[in-house]
Amino acid sequence: MDTATRTYAPGEYPDEKPPIGQSGFLHWVYTNLFSSPFNIILTLLTGYFLYKIVPPAFNWLFVDAVFVADSREHCRELNSGACWGFIGKRFGQFTYGFYPHELRWRVNLTFLLFIAAVLPILWGNMPKRREMLWFSALFPFIGIWLLCGGFGLEPVETSKWGGFMLTMVIGVTGIAVSLPLGILLALGRQSDLHIIRWVCTGFIEFIRGVPLITLLFVASTMLNYFLPPGSNFDLLLRVLIMVVLFSAAYLAEVVRGGLQAIPKGQVEAADAMGLKYWQSMRLVVLPQALKISIPGIVNTFIGLFKDSTLVVIIGLLDPLGIGRASLSDTKWQGLSTEVYVFIALFFFICCFSMSRYSIYLEKKLHTGHRED
Amino acid sequence: MSKITKLAAGAAVAALFAANTTTAGTLDDVKAAGHVKCGISTGVPGFAFTDDSGAWQGFDPAVCKAVAAAIFGDTSKVKYTTTTGKTRFTALASGEVDMLARNTTWTFSRDTDLKLDFVGVNYYDGQGFMIPTELGVESAKDLDGASVCIQTGTTTELNLADFFRTNGISYEAVPIETNDEARTNYVAGRCDVYTTDASGLAATRSSLENPSAHVLMPEIISKEPLGPLVRHGDSEWADIVRWTLNAMITAEELGVNSENVDSMATGTDNPEINRLLGSEGDLGAMIGLDKAWAWRAIKMVGNYGEVFDTYIGADTPIGLERGLNALWTQGGILYSPPFR
Repeated sequence: MDTATRTYAPGEYPDEKPPIGQSGFLHWVYTNLFSSPFNIILTLLTGYFLYKIVPPAFNWLFVDAVFVADSREHCRELNSGACWGFIGKRFGQFTYGFYPHELRWRVNLTFLLFIAAVLPILWGNMPKRREMLWFSALFPFIGIWLLCGGFGLEPVETSKWGGFMLTMVIGVTGIAVSLPLGILLALGRQSDLHIIRWVCTGFIEFIRGVPLITLLFVASTMLNYFLPPGSNFDLLLRVLIMVVLFSAAYLAEVVRGGLQAIPKGQVEAADAMGLKYWQSMRLVVLPQALKISIPGIVNTFIGLFKDSTLVVIIGLLDPLGIGRASLSDTKWQGLSTEVYVFIALFFFICCFSMSRYSIYLEKKLHTGHRED
Repeated sequence: MSKITKLAAGAAVAALFAANTTTAGTLDDVKAAGHVKCGISTGVPGFAFTDDSGAWQGFDPAVCKAVAAAIFGDTSKVKYTTTTGKTRFTALASGEVDMLARNTTWTFSRDTDLKLDFVGVNYYDGQGFMIPTELGVESAKDLDGASVCIQTGTTTELNLADFFRTNGISYEAVPIETNDEARTNYVAGRCDVYTTDASGLAATRSSLENPSAHVLMPEIISKEPLGPLVRHGDSEWADIVRWTLNAMITAEELGVNSENVDSMATGTDNPEINRLLGSEGDLGAMIGLDKAWAWRAIKMVGNYGEVFDTYIGADTPIGLERGLNALWTQGGILYSPPFR
């Protein structure tokens, strides 16, 4: 037969199935799990560990767990697993700290408004985004008013804040304030004006050279000696300032990495078009630099959010501190695993969401410079 | 990405300058503020903990409550500030708190060099050792080479080093930060021995799965008098805290408790009770309070024995015996100067 006459027009020949053993579940198992002696050993070992760990963990977490109880003794009488009744009883404490019971609606309202304020910032396709952004700009003031009180609301001192609420306040404020500050520092470090450059470089290097815990100690103890006697600077505010400065210094370096990746031609092109410095930064350089820096920026944010638990060392009652105080109640003593699992879940949800959002943002802004 | 920058508008927290007017005395400041600022620990079983409703309870906060009751007649007028072993003294020295009531050992250097005033002792403690029974050790002196869980930054850390050095035996320190961490490490077997104040050991032991499998060594290697303290420089304020504590101890000695205090306040045959509760003389005026100050503290918080039994006594899970902390009339060393 003459090969030249054979045509394989699309659709005329049905697709044949792959040979037996080259597709399907068994094939996947073979190629991915048992393709070599080394892989076989790894698979068997992993399987053994999973078998040893997962069922007992599942039993402890759910099957044998007690969800309503009055004390640890009560839990142990009912079943042998996790005593979630403890968390249930203390859920309010873990969430609001010592915020007065009858005023907790203010925290809840602040949280809802926070979601409403953040959505238009994070989600570009939101209907009526422009109007909503005005609300976002106003939210910090509304939030402070609701949480702290005053102007018609009963004041609540920040020493009563605690639990997840405190973590959120530290995390959100730290993220929101440190990003613009970090960008300014990064630009300042590359500035042609010597004094600005020296100040920014000195600040960044100083903050990066000192552990956060040291800064927190300074905030909690040293500042009291520097300030005039009698002036009482709110402890939480001191901590927030330190957290913001700390994370701004790190962000500045992340953003600087992005800025250096932008070819010089971009700035020169902007100059050639007659753009002023701030215009060229805002319209040409920063949008590209920040896009490159997204993974690093989110990385810093996640680190900052988790570092907020360090405030427990200076006696602020974040979830870990609330957990410690609660575990000292003889009724519940010895349930630390439950507390830490619960707190870990909270942090995982927050950090994982941030991580997923950054992936979404990268995909959205993807303009073809990436490999995959 | 520029959208992220707008997060800047997302949140922030206000600058709060709490104008804290400096005046002559702490008592005036406390009265003006409407609450006693009391530094407590971040959680020690029986001594300081939050209950299910989120209120601070325990043997140490009870002192704060008694002071608030003496001044305001309201045990809720206390603003608690949690302090750690590292921040407690600066918090007091800088005026962030008016008094500390958090298992703090009265030592020479703290009383003098740190410029603090210990006003009394509300718990006589001593450092002990807890080991699993299965180790089969009878005495702490046989613990050569043991790994020891020890809280950092405390007097216990120094005592431990002294004890092992004087006995010529070695140990391996497992440094930990909190009591709960120590408990976890000890249960997991990462240290053979847990050492801290004997009260803390008893509390920890009570929370273990099988308390009888653990034993406290007979040696008590240190004196740990725990008590409330205030800043140097305001003796009037120190007097109030000191005598509130003394009033609770004296009340137990005289048989006054929160239940019979009302009937006794109307006058008894015992002149000291009358002076204490204000039906005779006016001791309160001498410390800037009214006649009924001690009556309120006893009525609202209880006498020393009641507080002890409620939070750490033999009937609680902590299960501490009175021991040294019994009244001097009952074999202990608890002794209040007279109310005269």
